[in-house]
Amino acid sequence: MKKGIFKRQKKDGEPLTLRTFAEPAAYLLPFMIGLLVFTAYPFVNVIILSLRENYSLMSGTFSGIGLGNYVQIFHDPSFLNGLKNTGLYVLFVVPIATALSLLIATLLNSSIKLQGLFQTCYFLPMVTSITAVGLVWKWMFNYDYGLINYFFSLLHIAPVNWLNDPRYNLAALIIYGIWNMIPFTVILLLSGYQNINPQYYTAARVDGAREGRIFFRITVPLLAPTLGLTMIINVISASKVFTELFPLFNGKPGSAYSLYTVVYYLFDMFYKQWQLGPAAASAVILFIIVLIFTMLQLFVQRKWKNY
Amino acid sequence: MKIAKKTLIYLVLAIGALMMVLPFFWMLISSLKTAAEVNTTPPTFWPETPVFENYVYAFSKAPFLTYFRNSVQVTVCCVIVTMFTTILAAFAFSRLKFPGRDLLFSLLLSMMMIPFEMLIITNYATITNMGLLDTLPALIIPFCSSIFYTYILRNFFLAVPDSLYYSARIDGASNWRFLWRIMVPMAKPALVTIGLLNAIACWNSFLWTVVATNSKEVRTLPFGLYAFMTSSGIRYERLMAAATIVVVPMILLFIFCRKSIVTGVSRGGLKG
Repeated sequence: MKKGIFKRQKKDGEPLTLRTFAEPAAYLLPFMIGLLVFTAYPFVNVIILSLRENYSLMSGTFSGIGLGNYVQIFHDPSFLNGLKNTGLYVLFVVPIATALSLLIATLLNSSIKLQGLFQTCYFLPMVTSITAVGLVWKWMFNYDYGLINYFFSLLHIAPVNWLNDPRYNLAALIIYGIWNMIPFTVILLLSGYQNINPQYYTAARVDGAREGRIFFRITVPLLAPTLGLTMIINVISASKVFTELFPLFNGKPGSAYSLYTVVYYLFDMFYKQWQLGPAAASAVILFIIVLIFTMLQLFVQRKWKNY
Repeated sequence: MKIAKKTLIYLVLAIGALMMVLPFFWMLISSLKTAAEVNTTPPTFWPETPVFENYVYAFSKAPFLTYFRNSVQVTVCCVIVTMFTTILAAFAFSRLKFPGRDLLFSLLLSMMMIPFEMLIITNYATITNMGLLDTLPALIIPFCSSIFYTYILRNFFLAVPDSLYYSARIDGASNWRFLWRIMVPMAKPALVTIGLLNAIACWNSFLWTVVATNSKEVRTLPFGLYAFMTSSGIRYERLMAAATIVVVPMILLFIFCRKSIVTGVSRGGLKG
């Protein structure tokens, strides 16, 4: 097989020799080693691990190959709780954050002064640590002295026990999530705006179209590809919600252990309970979720290529 | 009419901007308050007399200087090594010709969707077998090959005209020389962007840090901050001082490099 390759000729007539491969191989080596050891191998390995039933960490033995771990996690209330919360989180955070970002991007895109100042304000959360800023949100969510309940009191709304009443835990997580997602989304939408030909707007104004009509008839359709892609990227990143739980709930999945997420469950099974089988199975489920939305992204990208 | 519309735009943008900056403002203000002033209703929006004792406390109770040094070391090493592997790989995928190149590259691109969270189980075992558990290299080594950054840089390299390459080769420059003397200087904006995105991701990394390290000596800032919270109790004025220590370097970086960061993000999205 290998001999066959070497005998073939390259298009420009140079014979294929060992040298043809030696130089690229040398350039790719450092990159590929890292990739094979820390991405490709663990990816395959975690799938194998998820199929080994009753895997014992100490002895490395297992009772058989099958879907036992998957059956187990789908009967585990914590995992189902994690799926539900992750779903709700995505369902609330992504549309709300995208709508707000669309408003902000549209306004930022109109010819206004102070662009630099506004951009700095809006994009800042993107670079700051989720843990550190999460602590600030924990403080703002505080029942007695938190800023949010203070604002509520000004509006004559009864204070909410955001972090200690399990009914409001998810709401707190969602609010923080929306705030976190806005900068990235605004940037992507702004770059989408850059790609719209300004002649469309000129033509519409010449025809005497009103602003609202221009927005829904020109901006929205032309921005749709960017909007779709942004939402899918956001769905993928929101499906991995995890770090936020550490500052907000002291590393617990909510105040009453009712705010598991898929990644938190994975972390819990792996790092706290050392049950590698179920941990690996939940990792594969996470991958399948991401895979579905990535396929959707590729599909959307291809469909809108004509624009 | 026009003035009214403009005013409305500025008003909405200003309110939104305030909401985005409020947590940072509140963090700073709270960190300068005394314990008594922090726990008052209604809250004060400016400290009566700013005090710095919370910072002194944070630095004395937890080795934030060590955490800071660790974070800097991990970030700098990670950025340098990743830059090196990325430059070489991007060059091979854009300029060198070998059979199966584009097939290999699309295979790598499809690997981009593997979430890192999925890999921690096996990577933990790998790092343990390497004897690197609970060391700083454990926080660097798994992140030294990035498909995403290679993809960005490859696209940049592809835009460099062929004629440049051939004239350099005719002048007797090797591939290696051409890469470092011509390609890398030309790709400086892309490299800055990649470096910044990488630095932000390294600095803020949390999940892997929790899994791969344990002792105080090798903690980075985000994990150190979390440990400070669980060990020294919920005293918000102190926690806010500690959070400020973690956040300020990134804010400064952002203010100075806003344009490169924003371009980088809009070019391909931030891969967390």
